[in-house]
Amino acid sequence: MTILIIAEHDNSSLKEITLNTITAATEIGGDIDLLIAGETCTAAAEAAAKISGITRVLVADKPCYNGQLAENVAALIMSIASNYTHILAPSTANGKNVLPRVAAKLDVSLLSDVISVESPDTFKRSIYAGNIIATLQSLDPIKLLTIRGTSFSPSEQNGSATIEAVDGAFDEALSQFINNDTVVNERPELTSAKIVISGGRGMQNGENFSMLEKVADKIGAAVGATRAAVDAGFVPNDMQVGQTGKIVAPDLYIAVGVSGAIQHLAGMKESKVIVAINKDPEAPIFQVADYGIVSDLFDTLPELENAL
Amino acid sequence: MKILIMVKRVTDPNVTIRPNTDSSNVDLTNVKMAMNPFCEIATEEAVRLKEAGIASEIIVLSIGDKQSQDQIRTSLAMGADRGILIETDATLEPLNIAKLAAKVIEEEEIDLVLLGKQSSDKDNNQTGQMLAAIKDWGQATFASKLDINNEKATVTREVDTGLQTIELTLPAVVTCDLRLNTPRFASLPNIMKAKRKPLVVKPIEEFGLDLTPRFKMLNVESPQVREAGDILGSVDELLEKLKTTEGVL
Repeated sequence: MTILIIAEHDNSSLKEITLNTITAATEIGGDIDLLIAGETCTAAAEAAAKISGITRVLVADKPCYNGQLAENVAALIMSIASNYTHILAPSTANGKNVLPRVAAKLDVSLLSDVISVESPDTFKRSIYAGNIIATLQSLDPIKLLTIRGTSFSPSEQNGSATIEAVDGAFDEALSQFINNDTVVNERPELTSAKIVISGGRGMQNGENFSMLEKVADKIGAAVGATRAAVDAGFVPNDMQVGQTGKIVAPDLYIAVGVSGAIQHLAGMKESKVIVAINKDPEAPIFQVADYGIVSDLFDTLPELENAL
Repeated sequence: MKILIMVKRVTDPNVTIRPNTDSSNVDLTNVKMAMNPFCEIATEEAVRLKEAGIASEIIVLSIGDKQSQDQIRTSLAMGADRGILIETDATLEPLNIAKLAAKVIEEEEIDLVLLGKQSSDKDNNQTGQMLAAIKDWGQATFASKLDINNEKATVTREVDTGLQTIELTLPAVVTCDLRLNTPRFASLPNIMKAKRKPLVVKPIEEFGLDLTPRFKMLNVESPQVREAGDILGSVDELLEKLKTTEGVL
């Protein structure tokens, strides 16, 4: 078996979820190549060469891969796809954007957001907002999967893979990258943080999120939000945890003013310890919380901050 | 320009779905059905483009069982012009849905396809991308802002680190994120009017495609149930538990 992994990176560094994806590939078994498509991405490639478990780092460093446009990256992947039995990408916005396009070009199906590798052709994924775990066997000659990062531990970083350039600048000219508007954040990345503190509609407004941030800074936590909080404009959407936002599974998840709708639980119920702070004792979040405090968050958050 | 929107009939997103007794599939008997929320957003966006004088006609396509006509009618009541149902009782994979949609596009001169970014039942997030690939069109996924000007679509996409803006040459495929718009409610007069709008039902066999599944569902199960824990009286008690009992602080 030969496996190709599409790396998640921002040209200068590799994203942690790439390491989880490599672990999933290791469970399938066989040689693993990692593809880095970008512009001026040498630093990411050098970081990638240190990861254990991979044989080669393939680098496509061309202006046409700036912004990692799906059309161009998919064409690049197509040019080398026939060498592989499996093509994997992390289940990120990029992975979800590119891999289905590759699948259709190869005329194969794709399994999204795989949570477990049962064998080289059989995998588990969750459907219906995490209420069902389905075991599926792929009948396609090439298996395409996106991998849920939180379901696999990250691979180690003491390898010495070779770095090889990939020929081909595929500019399909179907789309053009204009710009990225990146949210600058000093706190840990939401999807890989050990502790996450999230606010819901109960936070009432965006300013009140500073109360969560103060607690977060004391315990080194990332700050998340529910769809309700994002839709109400309290915080930007890249903070959304849930079925249609980010999936997290930290050691500790603190839900503040979060009711616990199905769509939110889908994004955090694999957390090791869940704490809920909510004034409504009937809130569904208490059915999954290991520890709950029934109280007004505006009293409890300052208390928590002071006690830490 | 002509817009094709795709809508899907799904289980109500607020219902907890369980496996059937022999764990071979999910149990959908008597489960409430609804339009996939992301498809409502696609419909709303198409209608807004028509109201802005950019779109001339909105065709709504659904692929599914007979009852999917309900979701097409909902779309028509929101402002779409005519509907097409490709009728099948089979559960199709996104690849096959995309192939069927590509056939419909061959018959109609479509400039823009709008879909939801994912369906709330299967959570695949694939169909739009696959359709764009089959047609060899540009794609913009997870759109939260869409502007159409001079045969180009400028789209702001929701990505993991914030927002990304790209420009597409039409025809193209755009998949809608939750924050693109707030779908309108169909008024009663519009619901009545929608009953008279054209809706063509086509049997799936008519398309002559090989739609063999590429995946075999071996088993479905419920995830491990989390037990409700302890309600604590104070912050100090909570910190004590997190530090000593759990060791996570």
